[in-house]
Amino acid sequence: MTEMTATVTAARPPSDVNKRSLPGSIVVHILLIGASLLMLYPLLWMVSASVRPENEIFSSTSLIPSSIDFASYVRGWTGLDISFGRFFWNSLVIALLTVIGNVIACSLAAFAFARLRFAGRSFWFAIMLGTLMIPYHVTLIPQYVLFLDLGWVNTILPLVVPKFLASDAFFIFLMVQFFRGIPRELDEAAMMDGCSAWRIYWKIMLPLSLPVLATAAIFSFIWTWDDFFGPLIYLNDMNTYTIQLGLRTFVDSTSASDWGGLFAMSTLTLVPVFFFFLFFQRLLIEGIATTGMKR
Amino acid sequence: MSDVMRTTAPDGIKSEYGAAAQGRFRRLWTANAPGYLFLLPWLVGFFGLTLGPALISLYLSFTDFDMLRSPGWVGTANYVRIATADPKFAAAMKVTLTYVIFSVPFKLTFALLVAMALNRGIRGLPVYRAIFYLPSLLGGSVAIAVLWRQLFAGDGLVNAALAQIGIQGPSWISHPSYSIYTLVALSVWQFGSPMIIFLAGLRQIPQDMYEAASLDGASKFRQFYKITLPLLTPVIFFNAVVQTIDAFKAFTPAFIISGGTGGPINSTLFYTLYLYQEAFGNFRMGYASALAWILVVIIAIFTAFSFLSSRYWVHYDD
Repeated sequence: MTEMTATVTAARPPSDVNKRSLPGSIVVHILLIGASLLMLYPLLWMVSASVRPENEIFSSTSLIPSSIDFASYVRGWTGLDISFGRFFWNSLVIALLTVIGNVIACSLAAFAFARLRFAGRSFWFAIMLGTLMIPYHVTLIPQYVLFLDLGWVNTILPLVVPKFLASDAFFIFLMVQFFRGIPRELDEAAMMDGCSAWRIYWKIMLPLSLPVLATAAIFSFIWTWDDFFGPLIYLNDMNTYTIQLGLRTFVDSTSASDWGGLFAMSTLTLVPVFFFFLFFQRLLIEGIATTGMKR
Repeated sequence: MSDVMRTTAPDGIKSEYGAAAQGRFRRLWTANAPGYLFLLPWLVGFFGLTLGPALISLYLSFTDFDMLRSPGWVGTANYVRIATADPKFAAAMKVTLTYVIFSVPFKLTFALLVAMALNRGIRGLPVYRAIFYLPSLLGGSVAIAVLWRQLFAGDGLVNAALAQIGIQGPSWISHPSYSIYTLVALSVWQFGSPMIIFLAGLRQIPQDMYEAASLDGASKFRQFYKITLPLLTPVIFFNAVVQTIDAFKAFTPAFIISGGTGGPINSTLFYTLYLYQEAFGNFRMGYASALAWILVVIIAIFTAFSFLSSRYWVHYDD
């Protein structure tokens, strides 16, 4: 809803004299607003469908419901044998542990690559970049067999433990780029004063790197929250399901009979991501712009 | 440490040699230990979760491993069957290539057009940018795939809109000729992140180049072809490579929209979906490993080709 009002505000013609021609600007604005509405329409329609009375969902293409009714949310929440609260909790635990793992493990490796001198550094750095190109499908099956042998299937461990081993090498790369931008004089001075590498990492680099750590944390959270493939493979017991698996089960079990409940739960799963989008948009957009991140 | 060295090397010369070796070892240790200690988690992950499994899956691809019996060597039989006698592989290849060929160019064209519209110093840039970026952020989730399934269903929103202008649309997702294009549309809808990268690239182009070109009487069209496009080729190249690799790896939308089957009539059988079915539906782990390695080879060939071709069309100023 906020975007809607914001779009309307933006639609006002500029008050100052633009160096471009005014009619040209208006045409561009009209096209952009049209495109924005087209882009947002499906999302807004889903949100509005989730609060409509059930019989009204398919009869209307309009965005404004005749009356607001949260029955779909109640129905959806308890629509499966296990409530969606459980799925939300599972997703939250996995996502938070992933954030912690990524931030710790990737920043350690990035510090080594960006600041420490050791034999073989550029070799390992090249290897690390190489792993970014490898599709995960080649490691999938042996990893699955490994985690099955360890008895980790149907636990969150296969989804979380690799993150503490810096398996999301993309974030290493992101942090190396940022660390390289921090003036070297700072840690050289600390080195002169007899600071250990650990203290430089902990007391100088990390406090100066909060923006990149936050970016990595937010993207870790969003990607893990949205991840479908990992949970699909490793979590088969409904008690361990994440929100994405719960939603998928809901689609299969109701198949078109309870679209209201389905849209209500779909909307809920998008809320955390939307929250990050609202409040940390700047970090996300800068993260993408500077590194060419994929999403 | 030094006491141990002395006791094990009683001879004078040897002891001196030992001390020197020890000194060298200590120097090596103090010079390299911090680096490797910081790198330790990643190194464990690299060997244990990437290199090791990759080598094992290469081995498995030459076996008939099925999780029940220990893997039996079958030579190149998996690869031969994939290449010559597997209609589903051919279908999956066709679907995936169709998806790549349609989604990537459309997505990048939209991204570039919108980025250029936004780069005119337009009012409300942050708002537009945010709106166009939102689908990219949400798009990977099951919720959006669910929404798409409804949008393009027989009684879905798209057909309801078409009905208002008197067109009776088919059930897009259950029609084998159209289903793949609903997925292409979903991908194009997420043009936001390449758009942001394009915007960053456009900002790098010095404004005075356009001013000079204007003074020389170059039209806007000519400026686009002679300034914008050449200077943007590194960004176009980057976006094209990243988006293509991503498109080869797409999974979730096809899984949700087809209910995991890749149907109707294999028309949404993405390569990764087929791989998943073989591995975790039929437990043909050896065969699925071969499929995975073929995917790697395809992506590698594509990437190598892109990099080789880049010298003819990507403009790097140095």
